[in-house]
Amino acid sequence: MNTEILGVIATYGLTLLLAWPLARYIVKVFKGDKVWSDFLLPIEKLFYKISGINPKEEMDWKQHMKALLTINLVWFVYAFFALFFQDKLPLNPDGNPGQSPDLAFNTAISFLVNCNLQHYSGETGVTYFTQLFVLAFLQFVSAATGIAALVVVFKAFKDKTVTNLGNFWEIFLKTITRILLPLSIVIAVILIFNGSPASFAGKDTIVTLQGDTVNVSRGPAAGFIAIKHLGTNGGGWFGANSAHPFENPSYVGFITEMVAQVVIPIAMVFALGMFIQRRKFANVIFAIMTIGMICLLIPTMQAEMAGNPALSHMGIQQLTGSMEGKEVRFGPAATGYWSTVTTIISTGSICGFHDSMMPMTGLMQLLGMMLNCLYGGCGVGILNYYIYIIIAVFISGLMVGRTPEFMGHKLEAREVKIAALITLLSPFLILAGTALAAYVLVHHPDADWAVKPGAWLNNPGYHGFSEMLYEVTSANANNGSGFEGLGDNNVFWNVSTGFILILGRYLPILGPVAIAGLMAKKKYVPESAGTLRTDSVTFGVMTFAVIVILNALSYFPALALGPIAEYFSLYK
Amino acid sequence: MKKYLLPSIKLTIVLVVLLGGIYPLLLAGIAKMAPGKGDGVTVMHNGKVVGYEQIAQKFTEDKYFWSRPSAVDYNAAGSGGSNKAPGNEDYLKIVQERIDTFLVHNPEVKKSEIPAELVTASASGLDPHLSPAAVYIQVARVAKARAISPEKIKQLVAANTKQPLLGMLGTPTVNVLKLNVALDELK
Repeated sequence: MNTEILGVIATYGLTLLLAWPLARYIVKVFKGDKVWSDFLLPIEKLFYKISGINPKEEMDWKQHMKALLTINLVWFVYAFFALFFQDKLPLNPDGNPGQSPDLAFNTAISFLVNCNLQHYSGETGVTYFTQLFVLAFLQFVSAATGIAALVVVFKAFKDKTVTNLGNFWEIFLKTITRILLPLSIVIAVILIFNGSPASFAGKDTIVTLQGDTVNVSRGPAAGFIAIKHLGTNGGGWFGANSAHPFENPSYVGFITEMVAQVVIPIAMVFALGMFIQRRKFANVIFAIMTIGMICLLIPTMQAEMAGNPALSHMGIQQLTGSMEGKEVRFGPAATGYWSTVTTIISTGSICGFHDSMMPMTGLMQLLGMMLNCLYGGCGVGILNYYIYIIIAVFISGLMVGRTPEFMGHKLEAREVKIAALITLLSPFLILAGTALAAYVLVHHPDADWAVKPGAWLNNPGYHGFSEMLYEVTSANANNGSGFEGLGDNNVFWNVSTGFILILGRYLPILGPVAIAGLMAKKKYVPESAGTLRTDSVTFGVMTFAVIVILNALSYFPALALGPIAEYFSLYK
Repeated sequence: MKKYLLPSIKLTIVLVVLLGGIYPLLLAGIAKMAPGKGDGVTVMHNGKVVGYEQIAQKFTEDKYFWSRPSAVDYNAAGSGGSNKAPGNEDYLKIVQERIDTFLVHNPEVKKSEIPAELVTASASGLDPHLSPAAVYIQVARVAKARAISPEKIKQLVAANTKQPLLGMLGTPTVNVLKLNVALDELK
């Protein structure tokens, strides 16, 4: 069998093997059982003491959300000013300038919400100080925010009738000290021994074998790369992200980063089943998510390995497949796999440029971000899937004529309204955002911004439209990858995607937590023969159908104008 | 809100120190034991550093194997791909020019034998590798320019080929810079 495909299968298999024990560990950590990492308890106690936090103080869902939003606001203010004034701060060996206000706004939000759009380039747009003390810091805490929100929902599911759902600070801090930090160290060390730089040395100047003088950017990148994947953040140390040979130095590096980015999202699905002691419920969710991923993966790998038909016309060989914007050490199959995973789980790191991939691949990437619930980002993936479950329960209830119930609690008008609003939010932001961008491009091509709208697009025609659609979709999904040809560092994109990022992050966290919190307070209704079973395969298929129908209705027209039209013009 | 503000600020400060300061310093310390000491692994020739193992260099002379085309002109102070769409007419013209240039320098090669990776830009612009096929296609040119037998150069290529991981995962690669250094050191 083809070694490239075998590499993909082995990487996915390894992820599953590691996700299971990780899930068991995560459950123990959040249940407060004894684990090996309990030696960190004194450090955590010290942190609570300095911060004036009582970790035993129970919170209801509203208090959780207040704490979450408050600390997020603090991070935003800190990040904005640090990026704006980075040229005056230490650790800037390459002498990079401060960011403009709109870029600092976008960068701060983008890292705050676990997205990492990066309208700058890592080598020139930030300093070692902001990379480490702002961006890497936000990569840790934004991932922990998502996981903490999910754990609150776990707790709401678990008990029959409950108001108190643990302490936000404790869940949040433990996510960092017990899960993200130890795993990051392991991942970073593997990368370091494969050739990723980790020292604080600045740019180096060398004379090449042929006699040219070139500069080589370096820096303490390895730790950044580790958390960018573990936390499903995706923002790169270098401009080329994980395609950069320092950022992703070998096939071992590829496997490491690939496993790192998807292991927590998968482990959280397993952890759900263990935590609430409904293994079958979680297994069905896992199966549906996996089937969804495979539906996106197969067309992607097929298209990339077949190569670019326009180059075939020119009469050259595409033995391995399409190579524009790809690296030899990964090859098209593995790069295709990465592109699928990075779009479904909201990482947004890349090991090959999405802008240069085949139209079919672009379609699958866009769909992955539009669904945004196949495994999904750290914590938030399951929250997104939960909304689809609520809709599916509601529709099934209507179909069979019974009051819909979920986890032993009645699902009533208020919860369904919240779920419906969250479901409508994504299409609204994506379609309205893209429409606005297209309007500005057509009617104000000469607007006096850093990049004039007339010069935004790197490619003509349908693909140019896809560049805008992709950017807005990526912002809404908090993904962070891009069709990077788009000239996005100007006031329009920085501000518009900044607001889409905020709405696309916090409402889809608040909504599911509110639903879970409201339902958990209700009277427990024991399961009977008349209860709709949510852990059956039938219900799994029902949820899948809901996901497909809702998204097809929302996005088909936009996709038809972009990648679908491009497909038919390229393969004519 | 007020109740949460002070703990938020204090917790942020301690976490910034832990995650932004201690964590990368720890890794920089561990990296001292790794190849390249965390500064990146360099390649030596005649006692001088001639480049980084991971970073592609520009080779235009016939006596060297050429790297993949670069959208950033091999300037590793930055990095990036072309971001050109597969059907973009301007892009296809660039590819055609690369094909023409390659055929001029490699008259022994037929157009249908050119591997796509030699006429398409890599993702990082710094891809240090080629597949063995893309190296062997250049052997005739390099052999002629250096007046060495093609067989000897093919042996050198074979010695510099890295097989897929465990012989079955991923792609085989050849590091172009190391291969060219080995060529220069060939007696």
